[in-house]
Amino acid sequence: MDGFSISAAPIDAARLQRGLEAAGVGAVVCFEGRVRDHNDGRAVHALSYQAYVELAQAEGQRIVDEARSCFPVERIVCVHRIGDLALGEVAVWAGVSAGHRAAAFDACRYVIDQVKARVPIWKREHYVEGDSEWLHP
Amino acid sequence: MRYRLLYFAALCDAAGRAEETVTSGAPDVLALYIELAARHGFTFAPERLRVAVNGAFTDWNHHLADNDEVVFLPPVSGG
Repeated sequence: MDGFSISAAPIDAARLQRGLEAAGVGAVVCFEGRVRDHNDGRAVHALSYQAYVELAQAEGQRIVDEARSCFPVERIVCVHRIGDLALGEVAVWAGVSAGHRAAAFDACRYVIDQVKARVPIWKREHYVEGDSEWLHP
Repeated sequence: MRYRLLYFAALCDAAGRAEETVTSGAPDVLALYIELAARHGFTFAPERLRVAVNGAFTDWNHHLADNDEVVFLPPVSGG
């Protein structure tokens, strides 16, 4: 399983990592973005993610394809959650396997940075005080 | 012409709906945004948004056709 996807179900990191296996792999780099209990000085108790799924899928896949053409890698997998997430849950997972570590680190960094900057997904923070807010940085 | 709109995040909250079909004489994406911003109280300046028509990113000058699906995309916050 290679590429970008949007998931309404919890992310199974172990299963995704198995999808990075290939005979030429000497390095595997995985990034997990998780729901933390604070942001901008406010206590957060949950997050909701919303996506424009059709375009998010296409743009995420475009990013994976760009990384593949820029770095000598074996496999690239990235999954972003949507829906309601509790503290500690994985919101986004990116994993890259390659022959050598430099390409794996570089491609993983590229994918997560570009996904955060470009893919039409939005985060709503639910605060301990009871209010909530969409983040539009 | 009739346009299909999808709204996300703060624009969905402001419009009070996730989608609607509107009848409008707006010839392009920018004119349509100005019309809908006035109707729904959208506060984003156009330069803060990206736009998509029929599932693909495009620009504010995009000339609209009958039954186009138009989405104004507020700044993203995935990850």
